[in-house]
Amino acid sequence: MTKGIVDEMTLPDGNIRGHYAEVATWLNGLSRADLVRNQKEAEAIFRRSGITFAVYGGVETNERLIPFDIIPRLFAATEWRRLAAGIEQRVRALNAFIHDVYHRQEILRAKRIPAQLVLQNEAFVPEMIGVNPPRNVYAHVIGIDIVRVGECDYFVLEDNCRTPSGVSYMLEGREAMMFLFPELFAKHRVAPIENYPDMLQKTLTSVAPPTADEPTLAVLTPGIYNSAYYEHAFLADEMGVELCEGSDLFVEDGWCYMRTTQAPKRVDVIYRRIDDAFLDPLTFRAESSLGVPGLFDVYRAGRVNLVNAPGTGIADDKSIYAYMPEIIEFYTGERPMLSNVPTWRCSDADDLGYVLQHLPELVVKEVHGSGGYGMLVGPSSTRAQIAEFRKKLEASPAKYIAQPTLNLSTAPTLTPNGVAPRHVDLRPFVLTGDRVRITKGGFTRVALKKGSLVVNSSQGGGTKDTWVLED
Amino acid sequence: MGSGRLDQILLGRSAAALYWMSRYVERAENMARLAEVGYRISLMPRASEGHRDEWRSTLQSCGCEQSYVAQYGEIAGSKVIQHLLFDESNPGSIRSSISTARNNARAVRTALTRDVWEALNTTWNDLSRVRPDEIETFRLPGFLEWVRQRSMLFRGAMVSTMLRKDTFFFSQLGTFIERADSTARIMDVKYYLLLPDSVSVGGETDIQQWAQILRSVSAKRAYRWLYRDSGHTPFRIAEFLMLREEMPRSLLFCYRRVTEALDGLYENYGERRPCHEAAAAIAAELAGNDMSLIFRSGLHEYLGRFMQQNNALSIRIAADYNFP
Repeated sequence: MTKGIVDEMTLPDGNIRGHYAEVATWLNGLSRADLVRNQKEAEAIFRRSGITFAVYGGVETNERLIPFDIIPRLFAATEWRRLAAGIEQRVRALNAFIHDVYHRQEILRAKRIPAQLVLQNEAFVPEMIGVNPPRNVYAHVIGIDIVRVGECDYFVLEDNCRTPSGVSYMLEGREAMMFLFPELFAKHRVAPIENYPDMLQKTLTSVAPPTADEPTLAVLTPGIYNSAYYEHAFLADEMGVELCEGSDLFVEDGWCYMRTTQAPKRVDVIYRRIDDAFLDPLTFRAESSLGVPGLFDVYRAGRVNLVNAPGTGIADDKSIYAYMPEIIEFYTGERPMLSNVPTWRCSDADDLGYVLQHLPELVVKEVHGSGGYGMLVGPSSTRAQIAEFRKKLEASPAKYIAQPTLNLSTAPTLTPNGVAPRHVDLRPFVLTGDRVRITKGGFTRVALKKGSLVVNSSQGGGTKDTWVLED
Repeated sequence: MGSGRLDQILLGRSAAALYWMSRYVERAENMARLAEVGYRISLMPRASEGHRDEWRSTLQSCGCEQSYVAQYGEIAGSKVIQHLLFDESNPGSIRSSISTARNNARAVRTALTRDVWEALNTTWNDLSRVRPDEIETFRLPGFLEWVRQRSMLFRGAMVSTMLRKDTFFFSQLGTFIERADSTARIMDVKYYLLLPDSVSVGGETDIQQWAQILRSVSAKRAYRWLYRDSGHTPFRIAEFLMLREEMPRSLLFCYRRVTEALDGLYENYGERRPCHEAAAAIAAELAGNDMSLIFRSGLHEYLGRFMQQNNALSIRIAADYNFP
């Protein structure tokens, strides 16, 4: 236990938190050999069902398993309720903000956010101005990255409003745990998460264009080489809808259709897992072969809905992130329930000066980056790494933001030297359609290296099953 | 088949992936069989020149002669095995075939049962851990048997867990069009041994060769069952591999399954397409044929025409069902 860092299982005085009592007893009853055997069994389950993850940037792009840790991460019921209220507040504000920036831009007129920060942002999609998606919902699926830094202190690290992934690992992780440790489930009242695909289907159906009586849904994937392909296939399968690639869809006479073995079939809602830029070569990036030519026009005409909407990236842009407290207050009239991490924007000369002076203690991220690529974690970097990063930062400061290093909470994790605390975060999945639906659980990511604060799976992080206990 | 009309749709791309998935698993199995025959012949005590011819005809049987020569030049047993089993640059190698089959399976993961997917995914996983240098010599027979068994497991999972509907039918089409092609090709490479005139040769070597042809389609014993005491004659072997309906690798058997699968699609979709007519014509031609007629018109020519028609049917099916 490190001083000042909250552990999910153990209180500062060494006692076990009430809701972790059974897990602590269970861990005590397992030998090292038991733990290792169970860990191997879990891995075998994942490998057999093909839950893999492509890692980019290495010598070759190949399929790997995301390491899965068999010790669950638990939330007490009251803890979760507080968190869920904060999450719901946040996603409502995010959707209101996106609607506003593509319509009357009240928040810019009120000068609560500098207009050029939105209008000249790469993530702002001018083609979306004046488009009215069903129910005014843009970010139907959001994965909010949350960390705990104090007893009751939760910070939002990122709002992933584009095409967040991880939900299939959450679901398969739960399946593996229920298979391996039924007795542990019997001793807890763990909220089920297996209804996620069902919730997603309800959400998608609820935002179908009014022209569709019995809406046809489809999942749009870039294809089998995408890092999250397994998840795309998994969700399509669970919802019983078609998994399409761009070439499976076409536009004719103003409607979007699927190419089938029989007559073409009209599609009403597309849960697309390809980025905005690749959606429609006629509107966005012309050389893209992943998308569907003419799709955006059908969308603008309200004859198909895209989930998430194009242009939602404006809401999770790292330079906009700093304004989230203002955004929440502006649209909800309430104080934010979840905290924002103080953020220095390196495009600002004063901020940049501070950041350059404090690099060893800060986390510096690319404004448009994701997946933990190209970031600096000051405290765990060598001097040489920091010096090298400094050059990049000085060359193009506007590309970066910086935040203080947060003391992420730890949770018991199986390591080569037995069970030990490792830093974790949490990505709950939030669906918005006719109403807001939050999974009771999420994707807990764990930094497997001792002391490491980087939990991204692309950087060697692992995952855990996340249990929300019912009263 | 009795499945009736379907409400659900199937993407053209998914149909294509099911078709090619099964074709490539079948191809890997056939390759394993051919490699085994080549290997057995290479163990026979004979002049090395003869071995080289054997390996050459093995390469021809699986359509890999050109790619081999381009890569290695001179024919040598261990290199042929490497090429047929592990070369990723050879699209017909066992490694490539399994990998292509699995990529297709991934693309239609949602249309497969867990059993089918896991049979293929585990094969791919295990195969990717096999190092070629471990296999080359003494473990080769065991490895080839493993490939055959994995393919049979896949097919078994297919037959016993998949709903009898369009997804299954497209997969069946892939299996049997590939198998028909493979049987025809094996025969064509050795057709001169099967001509009635070669009876007069009838020496020890020929009998060995005939036995190997039967072995390459796993039908040595089946042949005995069917023809009891009559021994190997080229006429019977050819008939057995082409026209006997009982023989699961014969051309006629394959076409019975192809027309069955197409009938299934007709029941599902309520519509016949040009491919139905084409397949029915090939099946009827095989069923009504007689080996002596085929010999009279030329076995080599007949097989060549069959392979062309078989391939044309594959293209027709792709067009009729909107494969990309």
